[in-house]
Amino acid sequence: MAMRVKIGLGSCGMAAGARQTQTALDEALAAAGSTLRSERTGCIGLCFAEPLVEVVDAESGQNWFYGRVDAAAAARIATEHVLGGQVQEDLLLTPDELHFLQSQQRIALRNCGVIDPENIEHYIERGGYQALRQAVCDLTPEQIIDTVKISGLRGRGGAGFPTWFKWDACRKAEGDIKYVICNADEGDPGAFMDRSVLESDPYSVLEGMAIAARAIGSSQGVIYVRAEYPLSIHRLELAMQAARERGFLGQNIFGSGWDFDIYIKAGAGAFVCGEETALLASLEGERGMPRLKPPFPAQKGFWQRPSNINNVETFANVAWIINNGGEAFAAMGTETSKGTKVFALAGKIKRGGLVEVPMGITLREVIFDIGGGIKGDGEFKAVQMGGPSGGCIPASLLDTPVDYESISQTGAIMGSGGMIIMDEGTCMVDMARFFLDFTQKESCGKCIHCRIGTKRMLEILERITRGEGKPGDVELLQDLGRQIQAGSLCGLGASAPNPALSTIRYFADEYRAHIEEHKCPSHSCRPLLQYHIKPEKCRGCSLCARKCPVGAISGELREVFVIDMGKCIKCGNCAASCRFDAVEVL
Amino acid sequence: MTNIAAEIDLQPLESVLAAYAAKPGSLITILQQTQEIYGYLPRPALAEISRATGIAPAKVLGVASFYTQFRLEPVGRYLIMLCQGTACHVNGAESISAVISEELGIADGQTTADGLFTLKHVACLGCCSLAPAMMINGEVYGNLTANSVRQVLHDLAAKEAE
Repeated sequence: MAMRVKIGLGSCGMAAGARQTQTALDEALAAAGSTLRSERTGCIGLCFAEPLVEVVDAESGQNWFYGRVDAAAAARIATEHVLGGQVQEDLLLTPDELHFLQSQQRIALRNCGVIDPENIEHYIERGGYQALRQAVCDLTPEQIIDTVKISGLRGRGGAGFPTWFKWDACRKAEGDIKYVICNADEGDPGAFMDRSVLESDPYSVLEGMAIAARAIGSSQGVIYVRAEYPLSIHRLELAMQAARERGFLGQNIFGSGWDFDIYIKAGAGAFVCGEETALLASLEGERGMPRLKPPFPAQKGFWQRPSNINNVETFANVAWIINNGGEAFAAMGTETSKGTKVFALAGKIKRGGLVEVPMGITLREVIFDIGGGIKGDGEFKAVQMGGPSGGCIPASLLDTPVDYESISQTGAIMGSGGMIIMDEGTCMVDMARFFLDFTQKESCGKCIHCRIGTKRMLEILERITRGEGKPGDVELLQDLGRQIQAGSLCGLGASAPNPALSTIRYFADEYRAHIEEHKCPSHSCRPLLQYHIKPEKCRGCSLCARKCPVGAISGELREVFVIDMGKCIKCGNCAASCRFDAVEVL
Repeated sequence: MTNIAAEIDLQPLESVLAAYAAKPGSLITILQQTQEIYGYLPRPALAEISRATGIAPAKVLGVASFYTQFRLEPVGRYLIMLCQGTACHVNGAESISAVISEELGIADGQTTADGLFTLKHVACLGCCSLAPAMMINGEVYGNLTANSVRQVLHDLAAKEAE
């Protein structure tokens, strides 16, 4: 029986120890005298179960997924299953866990975790570069744009602008050189789908860029990628080299006389560079500060030339659309949001990872059916979507379908697809503070409303979470928020108040508790906590007093101990160490 | 100031400037490669970049100080990049930061007196499913607890003591 064994080597998998797993697999195979070795693949998206090993029966195609594979488990899988044919049932993913994978519909992620991201042959075997061949040899630029128009594809980076429209505008613009730019500056905290696509299937992004270039009439592509993603850069470089060697990039592609090549520019860390005009400034070596539109990048972009900028995930869909037709893509999703979308599930969720689902399925299905609900025994409280530009959606709106318009109506935004799940231990006021802290630091400083307004909002939120909130603070936050939205040039400022405004909208009682009662209902804002030892439960063991770093707890052995709140620094050591559950947090 | 300048060998910078100084739009690339060489951006190197590219010193510093990747001060042997992404925040990154500060006696942005560790709060590392997470010299450590982070720091310090 011919077996193959694959291991997921994305940066998450490696952080979870996948390299050690791989070494153990290969050593066990070698020790048993086999010449078989494990095959590298990218991220399959089941982050909760990393390191992940897949065994495939090369003849029947049947496959088995093993999760959380450490070195010992790897050795057992190698000798017993791969070589011995005995499935190791106790190490397999459970049907529930596999459901995470089976309930998806993968287009942008179609090759992720399937192909070796460092071997272009794998991509070609799965139909890679056929779409480009068709686009170059059989289709006119207008036909390419028309297909994308029929597909209804909208920008996956956040704003959701129709992709065909941008391409068409850039095609029609006058210019001696035109640029196709891939925005891989994934700065939204909590979103990691672009990194995963670049690490697992860089080819589909390159092919999508080349098709866009053909449609627009461009000969030069640029990928602006975060410097924090070294593995993405490495694999993109390998993929570009391999594509050049096979004539998919470079001169006279498919004998058509058309030249197109791509180079990489590493970003230097600035959230605002996700904004198109700021990204262009950064590409030109300047501070990444946005400018007024119009002129739009399609008219005057990189070096004042017509430029088309799309996100990684948008490009990853393009080859599929050309191969399968715009109608097939448009058959999925809702009236206004076609196709599928990748979401990154993280936070207090049982099964965190990457999922790609048709637009229009509900938040509840994504979070509970696919993600398995809340980790531990907590209650679902909210899901944060859209990162610093988005908002928190409460439990009462869990049946909202995920499409651009419905999510916007909740006060959040689709954004790049990060979903952070929160349980009742997460304070919503603190969440707003957290995001304002982020935007305040990331504001480029150009617009006064954004630069100073976010700072003022942050100060108010910091005060509230310290228990120093004042009546009228909420109204002040709302007023400031509206002014910042109106007075900012770019999306960063215009959306910066969203996290505060959306939490005020749905969790007003939490703001009230902080401001009026100086209490944090989630027991998360440290300065508002009160620790108390319940006399009926305390056995007088003195453990808490010994664990207290500031000597705030006193008492006699076998008597009830007391906490001096004047000295207490609220570190929580006492509550964590008590074996009788006697320390309560108020 | 002159003392510091004397310690910086500008020789390795020459090949970077030879390759990029005349290429428009390359300032960020030049700064990135300069930081590769020195571990940070020494002032004399910035002055040399300005001289070779013809870009005003204020603008070179302006770009260098705009992006979070660039450091104007040297860092310790181990750069602890503690993720401040949303998932890490929700999963307790703040208490991990407190443990590191307590163990090493440094706050965000500071370096230990022995020059071994620098603590830096950074934007999302994209390892959200391993939250809370940190990266030390390119290596990611995930699912951190107070104890596991202490263990990592002790192990690194012990390795250095050998």
